Amino acid sequence: MIVSSIEKLKNAFVNALGVSPDDDFESMAYGQTPSWDSVAHMTLITEIETAFEIMLPTDDVIGMSSFLKAKEIVARNGVSFA
Amino acid sequence: MILQDKVSFITGSTRGIGWATAREFARHGATVILNHRGSPAILDERRRELEAEFHGTVMGLLADVTDAPAVKNCYLEIFRRFKRLDVLVNNAGILQGGLLGMISDETMRRVIDTNLIGSLMHLQEASRLMGRNRRGSIINVSSILGRFGAGGQTVYAASKAGVMGMTMAAAKELAPKSIRVNAVAPGIIDTEMTRQLPPEKLQQTIAGIRMGRIGRADEVAQVIVFLASDMSSYVTGQVLGVDGGMIV
Repeated sequence: MIVSSIEKLKNAFVNALGVSPDDDFESMAYGQTPSWDSVAHMTLITEIETAFEIMLPTDDVIGMSSFLKAKEIVARNGVSFA
Repeated sequence: MILQDKVSFITGSTRGIGWATAREFARHGATVILNHRGSPAILDERRRELEAEFHGTVMGLLADVTDAPAVKNCYLEIFRRFKRLDVLVNNAGILQGGLLGMISDETMRRVIDTNLIGSLMHLQEASRLMGRNRRGSIINVSSILGRFGAGGQTVYAASKAGVMGMTMAAAKELAPKSIRVNAVAPGIIDTEMTRQLPPEKLQQTIAGIRMGRIGRADEVAQVIVFLASDMSSYVTGQVLGVDGGMIV
């Protein structure tokens, strides 16, 4: 089964933050989504890097402040969301 | 072999303790990633030496530990080729002494940048790569001077004390991911770096070593092998002296 990039990204959030697959991902943000704290953030980075087989620069790790920002960063690191 | 196929990155590994560590790792079956900051020819020569003697996988990465983009690129290269990192030996360092009042700003910054900031950058990048597999071992090369200090070595001692603090803090943070962080604190070891010491200073130092001799680089390397291996699987946050009973 081929999993789309957006599904992979959502799965990473589900695995790292314990959110529901049915939640509103586009509203998720660091410090606002209850389970997205600094510890969970590094777990999220690991999940994303593993899912897409990429390695994010430190600036992107620090700058990933929301789901939409995460999508933008992952796309900038060579992943297509088309 | 106790390090069989462990992907192991050793910074500053073309001479001294780093080279001895690379040889011991290769002897114990590790996949060795060498690092040098200067000459590609030296790095390639060392790579070929290890391959010829131990017949394992050896990679060379040219990067100065004070060059942040180059350090980050090392981990991208390791990820591209191996998809994981099992061991980091944070070894690259410089020894530049000077009496207080005579130490230039440039010397202070160079020593701290190389010995401490460089080690921190490697620690950070390596821990991210290791975190994916939720296992790993990081060994930082500190110094007995980081624990006890020595006249004329204030900056070096400060940098190596920083490495010890970094080790203990990182060990606590990374333990839940099963990443172990330890340090070795060598005493006086026979390397090019310690050969820079004035002869009279060296003799005076040897007189204060209970075992009556300076150490060999391979004696430090063997301790690093232990800390890298699963033989030390429940050891983290420790600074292990390798000093022959040195009195400072």
